[in-house]
Amino acid sequence: MGKNLYQKVWDDHLVGTLENRQCQVFMALHLIHEVTSPQAFGMLKDKGLKVAFPERTFATVDHIIPTDDQSRPFQDEMADRMISVLAESTQTHGIEFFQPNSGSQGIVHVVGPELGLTQPGMTICCGDSHTSTHGAFGCIALGIGTSQVRDVLASQTLAMDPLKVRRIEVQGTLGPGVTAKDVTLHIIRTLGVNGGVGFAYEYAGPVIDQMTMEERMTVCNMSIEGGARCGYINPDQTTFDYLKGRERVPLDAMFEAAVERWASYASDADASYDDIVIIDGGEIEPTVTWGVTPGQAINVRERVPDPSTVSGLDQELMSDALRYMQLEPGAPIAGTAIDVAFIGSCTNGRISDFQAVAQVIKGHRVADGVRAIAVPGSEKVDAEARALGLDQVFTEAGFEWRLPGCSMCLAMNPDKLVGDEVCASSSNRNFMGRQGSATGRTILMSPVMVAASAVSGCVADARVVFGLEQSS
Amino acid sequence: MSDLHQRSGRAVYVPGNDIDTDRIIPARFLKCVTFDELGPALFYDERFESEGASKGHVLDAPQHTGASVLISDVNFGCGSSREHAPQALQKFGFKVVIAESFAEIFHGNCTTLGIPCLKMAAEPRGMLADLVTQLPEAEMLIDLQTKTLIFANQSFNFDMLESSREAFLSGRFDPLDELLVAKSKIAEVAARLGNVSMSR
Repeated sequence: MGKNLYQKVWDDHLVGTLENRQCQVFMALHLIHEVTSPQAFGMLKDKGLKVAFPERTFATVDHIIPTDDQSRPFQDEMADRMISVLAESTQTHGIEFFQPNSGSQGIVHVVGPELGLTQPGMTICCGDSHTSTHGAFGCIALGIGTSQVRDVLASQTLAMDPLKVRRIEVQGTLGPGVTAKDVTLHIIRTLGVNGGVGFAYEYAGPVIDQMTMEERMTVCNMSIEGGARCGYINPDQTTFDYLKGRERVPLDAMFEAAVERWASYASDADASYDDIVIIDGGEIEPTVTWGVTPGQAINVRERVPDPSTVSGLDQELMSDALRYMQLEPGAPIAGTAIDVAFIGSCTNGRISDFQAVAQVIKGHRVADGVRAIAVPGSEKVDAEARALGLDQVFTEAGFEWRLPGCSMCLAMNPDKLVGDEVCASSSNRNFMGRQGSATGRTILMSPVMVAASAVSGCVADARVVFGLEQSS
Repeated sequence: MSDLHQRSGRAVYVPGNDIDTDRIIPARFLKCVTFDELGPALFYDERFESEGASKGHVLDAPQHTGASVLISDVNFGCGSSREHAPQALQKFGFKVVIAESFAEIFHGNCTTLGIPCLKMAAEPRGMLADLVTQLPEAEMLIDLQTKTLIFANQSFNFDMLESSREAFLSGRFDPLDELLVAKSKIAEVAARLGNVSMSR
């Protein structure tokens, strides 16, 4: 019986077994940012400890950075202080810091892959749940808490229980206008927001095989929203082609040797799994959320569910979600008025996301009364978009083109919803209050669906708005 | 060593499935460089109107003041990895959380901070929640060794992640000291793997 990637990477990084029988696992790469790390450096100091492997930790700022004016000091004093603390800590401990205007700053899960820091077969961790993104390269990539950030700084290891592995095969082909975001929302809708608890997800099948690396990152990014501790895709030629020539990837003969090693981590054909789920890619449609968890989703042609069709706590929760969202049971989700459109985040803030929207939005205009912002995921994405003139296309369509950061995905910077505004968002969470207002409402969807909704002033099917069905 | 395997205190039931860490501690309270001030911000937007008036949340009900055991439902602590969530619970006064299931990052964070996460199935949990609501002044006694909870003369069974239970029973729920013991083995693994992400 062969091994799957999870088992191979785990075994390769295993240091030993702890007294409570947890495993001690080495972390090949550690990424840090300004929100969950300052406290960890404080904990190290309290214990008189040093960073064990500073060359394996990389820092950037993303969560709190403004996207309009990044000149220092920021208007928000505490935000400024958090960045200063990170800058000081990284300097003290000899950690490389991709600071604003370095050309490499950005959302931590955009930066790692685009620099080539993220490489197949690694264990990767970061004090951020969307670390699962890096699984797209065939990594075990884990979101961790601050005390664990401390553990990794001090020892480069984590105490962990092994996970089970569920293979999710997406068969068939996707229809026109259906994107990686729709695939991941569909999977979460099918398996539930806690369906993945205890599992690593291995995404496979023809639909996944045909995806670009950026699409694969979108899928793996949302693994955590399905409750999975991590998600990964086996490395293949698409992975190696993406990595070739990236700043931190070895060159020439060393690259060839690296590819051979990377390929060896892929799951064996006869690998065993704890569970296998088959999804028909042909059945996936552009998907949007109606509630307050990413699993409360329907396809854009469906109607908002009716609580009277379920019972007990389920009914209560559905009613609560609809009350919060101010949606009528049984009403079509298409046509729901929006106030804000947000394209960005570690889920959908990469160059291909902006290219996909730019291709369809030319000649369209953001509807009156809709505030639309496009936030590139990194300085590199921003530079590439500008070089391609995408910022112009967005601006001409009525979007504001902003500076890189997490922005309205979690609204720790000044980009927030106001009151009970509705936001069509390419981000990853529609939790109550997630976008900065305690009554703000989020409808998750793909970037092209956000664009279609922005120009329509309401939730709309991108295939219809942009004529995508005819063009394919 | 009874203090290691026993916990006691009054409890409060906060109903809901998929209660995410954004609800437990909204992102704006993450603007801090220490965790010290997080207690009062626990469940802030569920407890207070934007201008600070109380919404009459169960956590603010006088009969539940001082409760140290929080009972909730399915998939508690999902979403963001923010340790600020268990930190806020702990600073508010909670020492134990009971739910049907927990999101894993949250569970790990709780364990490291010394907060046992007890798993209890829907039916007994529902009975326990009802009893706690009727008898807010009564204390429960939790035994991690036997995985039983006594409340109002009734016994309830719960489950725990075994590695977490063992960590509590030995008092070593914070793994850092033990992780540091393996220094030479860690160096071996690091050397064998090499560092392929080249620092510049």
